Amino acid sequence: MKVLCFGVAKEIVGSSELILDNDKGLTVGELKSYLNTAYPQFLEYKSYVVAINQAYADDKLSISPSDEIAIIPPVSGG
Amino acid sequence: MDSIIDIQVLSTPLSIDACYNFVLDEKCGGIDLFVGTVRRWNKGKEVTHLHFEAYVEMAVKEMKKIALAAIEKYGIEKISIHHRIGQVELEGIAVIIAVSSKHRKSAFEACSYAIDTLKNEVPIWKKEFLIDGSYWVNSRP
Repeated sequence: MKVLCFGVAKEIVGSSELILDNDKGLTVGELKSYLNTAYPQFLEYKSYVVAINQAYADDKLSISPSDEIAIIPPVSGG
Repeated sequence: MDSIIDIQVLSTPLSIDACYNFVLDEKCGGIDLFVGTVRRWNKGKEVTHLHFEAYVEMAVKEMKKIALAAIEKYGIEKISIHHRIGQVELEGIAVIIAVSSKHRKSAFEACSYAIDTLKNEVPIWKKEFLIDGSYWVNSRP
């Protein structure tokens, strides 16, 4: 599955897209645990959230491999 | 809805006239405009320019939600929200919100609600370039 990365997340991951080897699906919470382990810098940004199909998602939501997934660091538009 | 809500995320300079003309309406007695510009000084540090990045498709959706909520909550007639992406120089326009309403109070309130909510909800990120470095705003450990 593909995870879109924006802002500081793009710098932490080193790319605007992260490809994860997972074809079974997982929850948003499990994705965050994976990210925090693979990229410990994310632990410094506790308030980042995940969007699924362009909508903010809570930790319990299940992600399927075909979903559009994005890491949303603290926003700062305006 | 497209006749009363105008949402755009643009990589070219924003136009106050475009937002103003969109919301101009003979039913309305007032237009409130908020224009967010790039300032030189932030928390005592000298800024050279800003860079905005957006998750464009989702940002547009979130901005539409804000526009609909502003209409619902304050009974305004029309709303235009334009946000810039890419590099923006000092005094450059980062965001414009224009609201038209029959009376001024609801226009002021809706405009204030829209910019406050945009800053909290819309997936857009600002990187501040200072004379001595750069960082993503709200993303320092």
